[in-house]
Amino acid sequence: MGSDCSSIVAEELHVLAVDDSLVDRKVIERLLKISSCKVTAVESGRRALQYLGLDGEKSSVGFDELKVNLIMTDYSMPGMTGYELLKKIKSSSKLREVPVVVMSSENVLARINRCLEEGAEEFLVKPVKLSDVMRLRDIILQGDENDEKKGSGTGKRKLQDLSPTSSLVRDLTPLKSASAAAQQSCLKRPRL
Amino acid sequence: MEVVGQLQKQYVDFITSLFREAYLDDQYVQLQKLQDDSNPEFVVEVVSIFFEDSEKLLNDLASSLLVSISLFWVFILCLRPSLLLMVVLFFLLFLFQLYSQQQVVDFKKVDGYVHQFKGSSSSVGAQRVKNACVTLRNFCEEKNLDGCSRYLNLVKQEFYLVKNKLETLLRMEQQILQAGGTVPLLEQVPLLWKQ
Repeated sequence: MGSDCSSIVAEELHVLAVDDSLVDRKVIERLLKISSCKVTAVESGRRALQYLGLDGEKSSVGFDELKVNLIMTDYSMPGMTGYELLKKIKSSSKLREVPVVVMSSENVLARINRCLEEGAEEFLVKPVKLSDVMRLRDIILQGDENDEKKGSGTGKRKLQDLSPTSSLVRDLTPLKSASAAAQQSCLKRPRL
Repeated sequence: MEVVGQLQKQYVDFITSLFREAYLDDQYVQLQKLQDDSNPEFVVEVVSIFFEDSEKLLNDLASSLLVSISLFWVFILCLRPSLLLMVVLFFLLFLFQLYSQQQVVDFKKVDGYVHQFKGSSSSVGAQRVKNACVTLRNFCEEKNLDGCSRYLNLVKQEFYLVKNKLETLLRMEQQILQAGGTVPLLEQVPLLWKQ
């Protein structure tokens, strides 16, 4: 049954954290580790692009090994700001699907809007709390479940047929869907 | 166990006073919550990084507000001129320094350093330092050199104060642990008081 679950649930989320402050990198690393995420922390937008393989240089490691599920970046950094990094990521065909979260100590509405418009998943005001990170993780995991359900049409998933009407059917005919419910529970959908 | 109880009470009294006097805020408690057996030195590590980072930032700040023209003061004194001449020269130099400093200081750079300091102090819960940084940034925006100098001194003062307090706090935690007790987390404080 475990193999039917989303592969993301079995593995850890890999988060790339970008912040020029050593103190903040240390804290965000800890927050993410406590939330059972694998963390790579870098100190600048440049290094982040290098890591993601977006800096134009051919990296020897295949992209899949470094698969990043979430990028968390500080807004104000010397050199490349978090906003500029966000733009570069969203304009890359390879990486635009990766959710990017921007963090800032300044609660400036214009800044928040700008980031959200550019495609940021969320804007967090620093200092970031554990509840923020756990909430993010749940959002990403849920997002990945949805992607899995939409994307991978393997035979194993036939019991859970993905349209809303079929879930209604499941609700109305509970007896029929005992195994579907079991599968469903492993995806951790609380309402079901 | 009495020793532990006493140490714990002293610790709670101390940390409560730090909160009351705004040396520390809730973020410090958040950091304590992130510490556990798998990472028992987390708070000490973060605080140490903060101390190191801050000393460096304070140096950078001081040198970016300093103007080399102050060397002239030393030069003047070495000449050992007559009192009248000294007074006149000091006065002229004072005016000149006032004028040139306005042009020479890179307020944007200073602002950058202060922003960093504000961020790191906020991340460890050093509230008074953070607040002083906020005011300092306002002076930078106004290009108010006098305000900047004054507040830089205040920021420095607040930093050394909180550094002292944090070192004491961490030492007290160590003492409790060495005596075989556990460090009370602030949320548990009301319960302890009831005892």
